[in-house]
Amino acid sequence: AEVEETLKRIQAHRGVVATIVINAEGIPVRTTLDNSTTVQYAGLLHQLTMKARSTVRDIDPQNELTFLRIRSKKHEIMVAPDKEYLLIVIQNPCE
Amino acid sequence: MEIIYVYTRKRSEFGRPCNFSDRPAKVSVDIPPDPSMASGFILRNPVDSYVQHTSDMSEHEVNTERVEVESRGVNHVEGGWPKDINPQEVEQTIRFRKKVEKDENYINSIVHLGSLMEHCVKQNNAINIYEEYFEEEEVAEVEDEPPSAKTINVISKLTSFFDVLLSKRDPNVTKRTATHLSWHPDTCKKLAVAYSSLEFQQNMKDMSFDSYIWDLENPNKPELVLKPSSPLVSLEYNPKDSHVLVGGCYNGQMAYWDTRKGGLPVEVSAVEVSHRDPVYGAIWLQSKTGTECFSASTDGQVLWWDIRKLSEPTETLVLDITRKGLLENALGAITLEFEPTLPTKFMVGTEQGIVIACNRKAKTPAEKITSTYSGHHGPVYALARNPFYPKIFLTVGDWTARIWSEETKESPIMWTKYHLSYLTDGCWSTVRPAVFFTTRSDGTLDVWDFLFKQNDPSLSLKVCDEPLSSLRLQDNGCIIGCGSKLGTVTLLEISSGLCTLQRNEKMLATAMFERETKREKILEARHREMRLKERARSEAQETEVEERPVESPQEVLDRARKEFFEVIEAELQRRARAETQHLHGKVKGRVGEEAAAQGEESQLPKDKEEEEEEKDAA
Repeated sequence: AEVEETLKRIQAHRGVVATIVINAEGIPVRTTLDNSTTVQYAGLLHQLTMKARSTVRDIDPQNELTFLRIRSKKHEIMVAPDKEYLLIVIQNPCE
Repeated sequence: MEIIYVYTRKRSEFGRPCNFSDRPAKVSVDIPPDPSMASGFILRNPVDSYVQHTSDMSEHEVNTERVEVESRGVNHVEGGWPKDINPQEVEQTIRFRKKVEKDENYINSIVHLGSLMEHCVKQNNAINIYEEYFEEEEVAEVEDEPPSAKTINVISKLTSFFDVLLSKRDPNVTKRTATHLSWHPDTCKKLAVAYSSLEFQQNMKDMSFDSYIWDLENPNKPELVLKPSSPLVSLEYNPKDSHVLVGGCYNGQMAYWDTRKGGLPVEVSAVEVSHRDPVYGAIWLQSKTGTECFSASTDGQVLWWDIRKLSEPTETLVLDITRKGLLENALGAITLEFEPTLPTKFMVGTEQGIVIACNRKAKTPAEKITSTYSGHHGPVYALARNPFYPKIFLTVGDWTARIWSEETKESPIMWTKYHLSYLTDGCWSTVRPAVFFTTRSDGTLDVWDFLFKQNDPSLSLKVCDEPLSSLRLQDNGCIIGCGSKLGTVTLLEISSGLCTLQRNEKMLATAMFERETKREKILEARHREMRLKERARSEAQETEVEERPVESPQEVLDRARKEFFEVIEAELQRRARAETQHLHGKVKGRVGEEAAAQGEESQLPKDKEEEEEEKDAA
């Protein structure tokens, strides 16, 4: 229930295009997009987050990845990593 | 004492089989030592001897095999599901998802992540963190990074892999010079290169005749192989139809290809009516049909062709500057120049160092040759009009590059200093009016910016160790291809400072060219005046010989020699100073000195000539 509320709140913000929750294996658990796009995002971002996490750890073992932001011409993809899950939000930053 | 062993045989015994037998050793000669000879020798004590203790090394080279890369696509299928769940079954996936959502861990982490995420989302909405402030001011920045160029691709004629397939007889492959380059007119991703061996009578049996069209994305394998009947010396894409190319062959024929039809020429001109020497220049003309071209060669002729009918040329012109049309007096042409905006005029650079400007539409052949410009001491290897100022053109030959204006016929308006090595090719930049490029026979590419500095090139790059033979700039002005004597084509990208138009550049360049042209005109007028006065004076006083302090030829020679040696001394001293500064400039410095000495030695006859000319004019 709280989960629902949180996700709904995020989705309601201005500019947010989609929200995806994926688990440690890359399976989308919760999504607001269609299946094929979700699967694409899930697979690619999962790998990227793993890579980013290991990069941060390699540089400084005490450090760890807290947030990942990818800004592109069209949107901004934000990834919040956790031990087991990944929360992905795609937003159109207003300019 | 002589030791002779004589072996005799009877003639009738010739050819008999040999019977070998064994016998014990026999002393033939025994020379006992002679102590009286010891007096002729001196005992030496101690004796110097050297010993070396190093490990034995052997030289071995290894070449890794080049990996052949191929592009392929991969199809992703949904994965990651646990074994017992079939991703296609919607029910199973839904059930799995519901199970995950009930997990406590899930709830906690999502709530936590959610708050984190909300913070960033709100941040995004509040302010654009990548906003560009002060955007307008960037334009006023002056480009002060040093000019530079970067090699982006090296295409070496794939001799080992490719040619062995074609010439199975000889595993060694003979290297040929890349004599001409032509960029594809539209895409600029393809480069057609003509390969031939320009050494006189050096054609070896196994030298292949092919020329290639390379695609820049794939420097290992040419996109298309052109197979003429004799090696191509020049090759040009048709600017109107990018599938058609015309090539001039080493034996004087012209051939044209259609890339859609493959590597064999579609048609070749008949040998009887073609040139008698290699066709050094072949350029397409502007015409409605887009099928006309013309060619020039060292046999002294310029021929016009229509490629639909290569059995005979449509027009001919003999490059005879006495305007009599005699082939014996003709000058051999090395380069050809044609500007599409001036369709009736064209220029020819000759082996004798003279540039001839011609008008195609003149009525009689005698009038076809409008003017000549002489000034080079050797063949004019390149000729190019400035794309911004059609009256100004650049010639490259012997050891200098010269800039001429069409109006001043006696001398160039600007020139570079004499280099140590021959200049082999040159071209203007298509983007900046006062920038041009030259290649040298020591493998260097020079970029000259005449507005900035006239004494030295703005950028001098050593591209390779062998002489560079051809140069071609891509239409966008940033990428240059240079071909070398051993067939390697190098592509360089020049820094943006040298290929973007600066603010007042056009104005400044126009002013500079006009200034120089005016100066030359004034000098020319003065020379003419002086010559008229001379003539008038000598006519008026025909009988009297004027007493002038004339230096005898011997004195002139001595003076010239003295000055020449002074110049060499100064140069050697400068080089000695430079040598001591460089660590491993030692060998190079010596080689450079030799080249300098050679280069300056051959300047002596020219210096003498120039001095005598000055005397005559004075």
